[in-house]
Amino acid sequence: MGQIMEQMPIVVDALNVGFLQTLKLFFVTLIGAFPLGLVIAFGSMSRFRPLSYLSKFVVWIIRGTPLMIQLLIIYYFPGLVLHNPIWGGGEAGRFLAASVSFILNYACYFSEIYRGGIQGVPVGQEEAGLVLGMTRSQIFFKITLLQMIKRIVPPMSNEIITLVKDTSLARIIALQEIIWAGQAFMKGSHGISGAIWPLFFTAVYYLIFNGILTMLLGRLERKLDYFR
Amino acid sequence: MAILEAEHICKSFSRTEALKDISFSLEKGQALSIIGSSGSGKTTLLRCLNFLETPDKGVIRVNNEVLFDAEDPSTRQESAIRKKRLHFGLVFQSFNLFPQYTALKNVMLARELLASEQADYKARKKEIQEEIRAEAESLLMKMGLSNRKDNYPHQLSGGQCQRVAIARALALKPDILCFDEPTSALDPELTGEVLKVIRELADDNTTMVIVTHEMAFARDVADHVIFMDDGSIVEQGDPIQVFEHPAEERTRQFLSKVTI
Repeated sequence: MGQIMEQMPIVVDALNVGFLQTLKLFFVTLIGAFPLGLVIAFGSMSRFRPLSYLSKFVVWIIRGTPLMIQLLIIYYFPGLVLHNPIWGGGEAGRFLAASVSFILNYACYFSEIYRGGIQGVPVGQEEAGLVLGMTRSQIFFKITLLQMIKRIVPPMSNEIITLVKDTSLARIIALQEIIWAGQAFMKGSHGISGAIWPLFFTAVYYLIFNGILTMLLGRLERKLDYFR
Repeated sequence: MAILEAEHICKSFSRTEALKDISFSLEKGQALSIIGSSGSGKTTLLRCLNFLETPDKGVIRVNNEVLFDAEDPSTRQESAIRKKRLHFGLVFQSFNLFPQYTALKNVMLARELLASEQADYKARKKEIQEEIRAEAESLLMKMGLSNRKDNYPHQLSGGQCQRVAIARALALKPDILCFDEPTSALDPELTGEVLKVIRELADDNTTMVIVTHEMAFARDVADHVIFMDDGSIVEQGDPIQVFEHPAEERTRQFLSKVTI
C-alpha cells in the first residue's frame, strides 16, 4: 500500500495524459457523429430508393460488425493492402484513423435514434405546419427538431455514456488513451514496471466522467420537461 | 360570386375510392357544413382543399383563380402549393398545436416566419413583430383566452387548445376557414365553448367549411349543407331543406340514426 502511495503521483500524471486523449476522441466523435447521424437518418428516410437502400446498407454493415474490427480495417487497410498509408505515422495518424472509425460507427447508431425520434413526432405536427404555409425546412427547425430532441435525450444519453467507455477500444491500434497509459505500467513506464493497479485505477476516471455526464444529461432532460 | 369552387374532385387510396366526382361551390361569407357518417370522405375532401392530399382528378378555384387542376402539372409544384395553401385555414380534430410553444407563440409563429421573408423585414423588424403580437393577442382575446396566452398546450383543456388552434388558423387571415370535426376529440362538456366560438365567426360572416357530427350545430350555423355518403355528395341544399325535408332516402336514413 505504501508503494502505491509512492507511485501514485507518477501514475496519475501519466493517466491524465492518457485521459486527455480519451476525452479528445470522445468529443471529436460527438462533434462528427451528431450531424453525420442526421444525414444518414435523412438518407434512410429518403423517398429516393437508391439513397435509402445505401444508407440502410451502411448502417447494417457498421452495426453488424464489431467496432474493434472496423478500427483495425480502417487503420491498417489503406497502408497494408492498398500500399497507401493515408493516415500518416505516429500518434496523430492513429488519432485520425480512430476518429474516422468512431464517427462513422456512432453516426450509424445515432441515425437510428434520430429516425425513431423524427418518426415519433406525430404527423399532425408537420401537417399543421404545412397548412400554415411553412416550408419543409421551417417545419423541421421550428417544430420537429425540439420535439425530436426531447424524445431522443434518454436513448442518446445511453449511447454517449457507452462512447466514453468504447474509446478504450482504440487501444487496439495503439492509440495512447488512458487504458494504454495504464497498461504501460505493467511492462515498464516512468520507472515503474510490473504494476497492474494503474490499469485498474483507470476505472475511476471513467466513473467520475460518466457521473458528470449523467448529471448534465439529466439536467437537459429536465430542462425539456416544460412541454409534453 | 362563388369564392370557392370545386369541380369533379376524385381521389383514390390504393383500393378505395375516397371521393367520387365531388362538385360544390361556396359563396363569400357563408358557412358550409358537410355531414355524413365516418368514412364517407368528408375529411379527405377537406384535406384535398388544403393540399394535404392531391386529388386524382378535378379543379379547385378560389376567387376565380385556378389553385389546382389535375390536368395541369404546373399547379402541383410544391413551391406553388405553399402560397396557395394560405387561401385556406384548417382546424384539425386533434388540434395539432405545437407543444413547445405557448398559446400566444402558436398563434404568432407562422405569421413571423412569413413576415421574415418580406423584403423590408430587417428594417422594420421590431414594428412588424409588435404588430403580429398585437393581432395574436386580440385573436386570443376574441377566443376568450387572454389569461391563457402564456400557457403551454399541455396546461390547457381540450376546448382551450382547440380555441388556440382556431386563433392560429385565423392569424393568417385565410379566405376560407376549414374545420375537420373540431369537437370530436373533446369531452362533451367542452364542445359548447368551441361551437360558440365558431358560431361567432359565422355571425361575423367568416367563410367556413365545417365537417361535423354535431347535427344541431350544423343546422343552426350553416347557410348550406352537404350530405356525403360513400365518397359522393348525396344531397345538398339549405339546412332546412336537408334536415327537415330530405329528398334522398339515404339522407333520411342517416338523419334518423343521429340525434339532433
